[in-house]
Amino acid sequence: MIRFQGVTKLYPNSARPALEDASVEIEKGEFVFLVGQSGSGKSTFLRLVLKEEKPTKGQIWVAGKDLSRLSHWKIPALRRQIGTVFQDFRLLPNKTVRENVAFALEVIGKPRHTVAKVVPEVLELVGLGGKEDRMPDELSGGEQQRVAIARAFVNRPMILIADEPTGNLDPSTSVGIMRLLDRINRTGTTVVMATHDSHIVDSMRRRVIELEHGHVTRDQSRGVYGYAR
Amino acid sequence: MRARFVLSEMSIGLRRNLSMVLAVVLTAAISLSLLAAALVLSKQIQTMKDYWFDRIQVSVFLTKAVTEPERTAIREELVQLPQVEHVYYESQSQAYARFKQQFKDVPSLVKNTPESALPESYRVKLKDPKKYQIVASAVQRMPGVDQVQGKSKALEQFFRFLGYGQKIALAVALVALAAAVLLIFNTVRLAAFSRRRETGIMRLVGASDLYIQAPFILEGALAGFLGSLLAVGGLLLTKALIIDRGIHGMFGDVVNYVSWGAVASIIPIIILTGVLLASITSAVTLQRYLRV
Repeated sequence: MIRFQGVTKLYPNSARPALEDASVEIEKGEFVFLVGQSGSGKSTFLRLVLKEEKPTKGQIWVAGKDLSRLSHWKIPALRRQIGTVFQDFRLLPNKTVRENVAFALEVIGKPRHTVAKVVPEVLELVGLGGKEDRMPDELSGGEQQRVAIARAFVNRPMILIADEPTGNLDPSTSVGIMRLLDRINRTGTTVVMATHDSHIVDSMRRRVIELEHGHVTRDQSRGVYGYAR
Repeated sequence: MRARFVLSEMSIGLRRNLSMVLAVVLTAAISLSLLAAALVLSKQIQTMKDYWFDRIQVSVFLTKAVTEPERTAIREELVQLPQVEHVYYESQSQAYARFKQQFKDVPSLVKNTPESALPESYRVKLKDPKKYQIVASAVQRMPGVDQVQGKSKALEQFFRFLGYGQKIALAVALVALAAAVLLIFNTVRLAAFSRRRETGIMRLVGASDLYIQAPFILEGALAGFLGSLLAVGGLLLTKALIIDRGIHGMFGDVVNYVSWGAVASIIPIIILTGVLLASITSAVTLQRYLRV
């Protein structure tokens, strides 16, 4: 589903590459944790998958497509197959829960009746049934992240990318979010989650890819956050 | 493309950015008005310029009682002068036809002028326009010559004045249009910035460039269109009040004034300039500030 082959990313005006000679293969339906300290290259990895950045060297395949051969106007089609969730939720503060999720479908031109049908379904799935008309600032952090996950998943993407989705949440709320991501993973969606949270990684026992100064230093199935713990 | 979605995004943007959009509308209106003024002046000059104006330097009008030998003698005298390049003859009926054409917007004048009131004439083109005096004195006293006229000094100055006015209006219009472009550029940039949350999410979920940019471009186009409508309104008022009632009322039919048809032909130019300028500027701005 995602394949990196000798990928190096050097940002302009930066002496050290953010990612160097990274080779990783993630299969369809996998759940992968991307761990490492700040600046280790996790975010660069995710940005490369979304083709928000181009690699300096190496090749990347996502959902069967060679990103280096993907023309500019086909990038939107790629991103429709990837849902994205962030630490800071990125909801639209002046739209309701329902409108926030519907927005993701409207801007890719889905017809109105489709939107009306799938938005309640996905809100039910993430456990927000009955809160459709709330504004984001009336929700708790965990609920806001659920809205963000609903928005990322409403188009049934093949890949879900989560960049520190529990970074702003307390431990018990984080557990709920992880259960939700696990459930989404069980529908066949590949989940790639960058995180700092050792408890979560340790308790989930999924594949762990560790990055350090831009290098892949560990790739372990059913791994834990770090050896030293 | 879901029109309703794009339109609602556009109206949200317009409301959020109202003061800047108003500034764009007014700047566009002012610059387009000046452009319209320049165009009206050029139409006015075209309307007033006589058929002969660019062709001849000296007109020799003949008396009513001129005889055929006199006519021939005058022609031969003109042709043999070394300063003369060409001599045209205009008969009474030709003069009348041109008169009718020239004053077709003033039917009362045409109706009250019989063909016999217009003199026949020789229209002379000189090799060197400054030698006018030599040619004039050579034929002035010949029998059958009523009067010799050089190009009217006053008229020429008037045209020069109008020409300057046109050039100034055009220059100021260009400066104002440049100001409008810069203002649109800034407005769109601000609009893109104030909606970066929305556009960021749109990019992330895979909205196409067109979808993301259309509301901004339409916003710009609408502002340009409103500005051009204001300019057109000003143009029509100028024609109705200043030209037709003001100048025409004061000076009467001394010259032909720019017609409603000529004014109407300017309107599409103004609207098209306004809309295209605004949408192209918006699109170019977005290329820089809203990359996928």
